[in-house]
Amino acid sequence: MIEVENLHKSFEDAHVLKGITTTFDKGKTNLIIGQSGSGKTVFVKCLLGLITPEEGTISYEGKIYSKLSPDEQRDLRQEMGMVFQGSALFDSMSVQGNVMFPLDMFTRQSKSEMQDRVDFVLKRVNLVDAHHKFPAEISGGMQKRVAIARAIVMNPKYLFCDEPNSGLDPKTAILIDNLIQEITQEYNITTVINTHDMNSVMEIGEKIVFLKDGIKEWEGTNKEIFKTDNAAVTNFVYSSELFKKVRQMYIEERN
Amino acid sequence: MKSLILKEIDELIYGSMGIIIFISFFIGGVVAIQTALNLTNPLIPKNLIGFATRQSVILEFAPTFTSIIMAGKVGSYITSSIGTMRVTEQIDALEIMGVNSLNYLVFPKIIAMLLYPFVVAIAMYVGIFGGWTAAILGGHTSSADFVEGLQLDFIPFHVTYSLIKSLVFAMVIATIPSYHGYYMKGGALEVGKASTTSFVWTSVVIIILNGILTQLLLG
Repeated sequence: MIEVENLHKSFEDAHVLKGITTTFDKGKTNLIIGQSGSGKTVFVKCLLGLITPEEGTISYEGKIYSKLSPDEQRDLRQEMGMVFQGSALFDSMSVQGNVMFPLDMFTRQSKSEMQDRVDFVLKRVNLVDAHHKFPAEISGGMQKRVAIARAIVMNPKYLFCDEPNSGLDPKTAILIDNLIQEITQEYNITTVINTHDMNSVMEIGEKIVFLKDGIKEWEGTNKEIFKTDNAAVTNFVYSSELFKKVRQMYIEERN
Repeated sequence: MKSLILKEIDELIYGSMGIIIFISFFIGGVVAIQTALNLTNPLIPKNLIGFATRQSVILEFAPTFTSIIMAGKVGSYITSSIGTMRVTEQIDALEIMGVNSLNYLVFPKIIAMLLYPFVVAIAMYVGIFGGWTAAILGGHTSSADFVEGLQLDFIPFHVTYSLIKSLVFAMVIATIPSYHGYYMKGGALEVGKASTTSFVWTSVVIIILNGILTQLLLG
């Protein structure tokens, strides 16, 4: 579980995060949603320790990140996996090299043990024939799956995903969503996804945190988001005609 | 880390040998031809061509000129490769994994560049060989005169001086472009700008250090 308490972050004159307090539950897919510029990426970077907040605390299983020594912070980071928006695969390494990288850096496993683990996670993300291909030689969806494989290869306790569906076709986006949810439940990890994708919100949003102008405007589940009367949330979530119709049908059904 | 260092040696040192050999050969040749064409006084011995070629190549062309070339070739490679990793969040990925990204990316380059004096030594040999080839093929002097000039008043410390300079320049070539790549902000366009800026600053620092080191070591 990740607990966030009164988080503040500013860049020069811009007060980006304004006292965010929330929790991200273990074994669930937690989504952070909000408009561009609402502070989602800064929030995730604070959670990852890439940006230091001015005020507030972030606790991982009760351990406050800012109070840990640099070595303890590094150890904690090794329990985190991250799937970046652009995948952030190492261009100079093959798919296998990318996935094996954390094992090579932080474990004393033999080559064959590492190979077995890499084969296992690549199979888990349904990539069996891409071991020796380079990131530039595979599709965006495959790159995302390699990024997921790399993120889970060390058995992380926490999985962070920054817009995992961006740039993907709807079918592949659903596959990636389902894969992340399956992995979250299978390994009982705390997953935090920063997304714009409303399909993800509806499909896998077991807990949703809605940010608006750096403030936590609303939080709840994907079922509760249908019922909310919060104008900022409904304006954001139901900005497309399709979702407006879905909501209308839901309200009519309820009445 | 060992494999990373070997990879960087391959990229930065071995990968630069072709251009360095090519340029050194012709620089040495041009120095020899220019010297020969300016020797109009019959009282000046022909062995001066070999002497001038040796001095020019060992003291300046091999260490300094080669370093400017390397600032362009290797420096821009370092800035653009690290800068691209910054832009595409690969450095963030390293940090999140718990890897000290600065150490991981820059240290192997610094170690690889410790071999740079060997490149300069090869540039010296090839430059002088280029001078000899041009002088002989151009009919400017005989091989015996050229070799005699090469041996004339030879001060071994000049080679040491040149190699010391090259080692200092190697550190400049490894660190300044790394700094510009690692701390760059923005997108793909900024990667290009950072490469240009790093080349300019690397060249400026090399030229300034060349003056300081020459005064310190030979003054």
